[in-house]
Amino acid sequence: MNRFLLLAITILALVFSASCGPTSSEEAASDSPSTYIENKGSDTIVNLALAWAERYQAEHPEIRISVTGGGSGTGIASLINGTVDLANASRQIKEEEIANAKANGIEPVEHIISRDAIAVIVNPENPVNELTLKQISDIYSGKITNWSEVGGEDRPIVRLSRETNSGTHVYFLETVLRLGDSEDKTLFSMDTLLLPSSEGIIAEVRQNPNAIGYDGLGYVPKDLKMIAIAEQAGGAYVLPSIATVNDKTYAIARDLYMYTDGEPTGIVKDYLDWILASEAQEIVAELGFVPVIIE
Amino acid sequence: MEKSLNWREFVITRLIKASGYSAILFVALIFFFLVREGIPTFWKAEIASLFSIRWYPIEEYYGILPLITGSLIVTIGATLVAVPFGIGTAVYISEIAPRWMREILKPLVELLGGLPSVVLGFLGILLLSPFLRVFLDLPTGLTALTGSLLLGGIAVPTVVSVAEDALDAVPRAYREGAWALGATRWQTIWRVTFPAARSGVLTAIMLGVGRAIGETMTVMMVTGNAPVLALKLGSLFSPVRTMTATIAAEMGEVASGSTHYHVLFFIGMVLFLISMGVNIAASSVVFRAKKRAERILS
Repeated sequence: MNRFLLLAITILALVFSASCGPTSSEEAASDSPSTYIENKGSDTIVNLALAWAERYQAEHPEIRISVTGGGSGTGIASLINGTVDLANASRQIKEEEIANAKANGIEPVEHIISRDAIAVIVNPENPVNELTLKQISDIYSGKITNWSEVGGEDRPIVRLSRETNSGTHVYFLETVLRLGDSEDKTLFSMDTLLLPSSEGIIAEVRQNPNAIGYDGLGYVPKDLKMIAIAEQAGGAYVLPSIATVNDKTYAIARDLYMYTDGEPTGIVKDYLDWILASEAQEIVAELGFVPVIIE
Repeated sequence: MEKSLNWREFVITRLIKASGYSAILFVALIFFFLVREGIPTFWKAEIASLFSIRWYPIEEYYGILPLITGSLIVTIGATLVAVPFGIGTAVYISEIAPRWMREILKPLVELLGGLPSVVLGFLGILLLSPFLRVFLDLPTGLTALTGSLLLGGIAVPTVVSVAEDALDAVPRAYREGAWALGATRWQTIWRVTFPAARSGVLTAIMLGVGRAIGETMTVMMVTGNAPVLALKLGSLFSPVRTMTATIAAEMGEVASGSTHYHVLFFIGMVLFLISMGVNIAASSVVFRAKKRAERILS
């Protein structure tokens, strides 16, 4: 009896899997390259890219856009391997990556799709409002260890940073710690806390008056205090905002990129044109990034 | 009918045997894989750099000593929390608590064991670390101590359920014998039940330590992950970076085959060897204790 049941189940399973075959290949056919855009890369951009993809797909139901994060390096590596149509990057492509791409027959083309600023944040109880870039560098490299050295209370400074695999970490290291000098070998102080997420940094700054952290302008909640930054001692202290990033007076800001293989064509071109038009750039502003065109 | 029964017997025995051997096979395969990916560290990274005190892999600083000491200090702290609490709870459940209490406590402890570690990590970030910072007047609450307390909490259910089973397995006649000789309850527990269940209790501690050293998510969330060499007792009150958190945080984005990739596998190998060491040490103690017991009895 049991064996008959087993046999019946086996046959059923066979029939079922056979009947499934054609349907799944039909699904595959609808994923053909003419309606499908693969978009991958920087974790900084992933929320923005998702919002864009969502809005664009609502307007163009025939297009499917898949967005994944993983980091700028991962995105560019996928472009080099030819597995994505659009690579998101929060940094410019490196020389050796261009060389790798060319060896693979890929011609990376750069598109600036929005701007991003890193805000330095402290607890609202902290009386310090402004710092120079050099002071922030000295704080993170461990030369300044007490808030009283930069005009605050007598409290130890707890330095918070993103993990080393974050694009924001590398950008902060190059632009702030090393003040843009590529010969400089300054490192983060060893006791810098490396937190795995933006949320971790925000949670710690929110409850700890000793802490200093940094994060993308788009991710800073209203209840934390942003520091006004002067590029040089004696220069003007500038708070990060859409206006100050666009007129380039705020020191820690960068462009965000999408890379394509060759000049974009077809639906990828349509999508990129849409991204650079006003509707998509409004989404940029909504998410706290900085639009590339101002109307 | 007879024949099919024999056939079934044969298959089932073989299946059970195969699953028994598969445990050995899997451990061997995992170790082989770790070694294959970890050993290239020795010619890819400089040995001197490997035993330096700075871990900053994106600039080729591969000092793993801070990570090892970080893991050790958190694990020792967690053991100091989990062992007394765990054994105490086990003794209470198995020896002292009335039946109805036991019926409530046992499932509750098991429920605690089923709590996802990421949830404990959240509690750690939002409640425990702010509390410790204010209570102990520390610069930050994200410290080895926070990790130890939470890991201790994670290891307690493991210790309790294994130790409780061991105590429960001690024949009732032992206790009745002790009572008949006029021993108090405490004397019975400490001098009779406990030594009789010693090997099970040691296993419980060992499993608890293993749970603590391998735990990743919670420590990554609450220990601050600063790769600082932790050699003093005071390091318990400052941030540390453990081996598990390092692997978890960095493996996702490392280029396969790079030096950093091999060093991460090397760390995995060290972790494997440490937990193997703990296992061997514990089982040799159990083995020696058994031998002595046999000598006394014979």
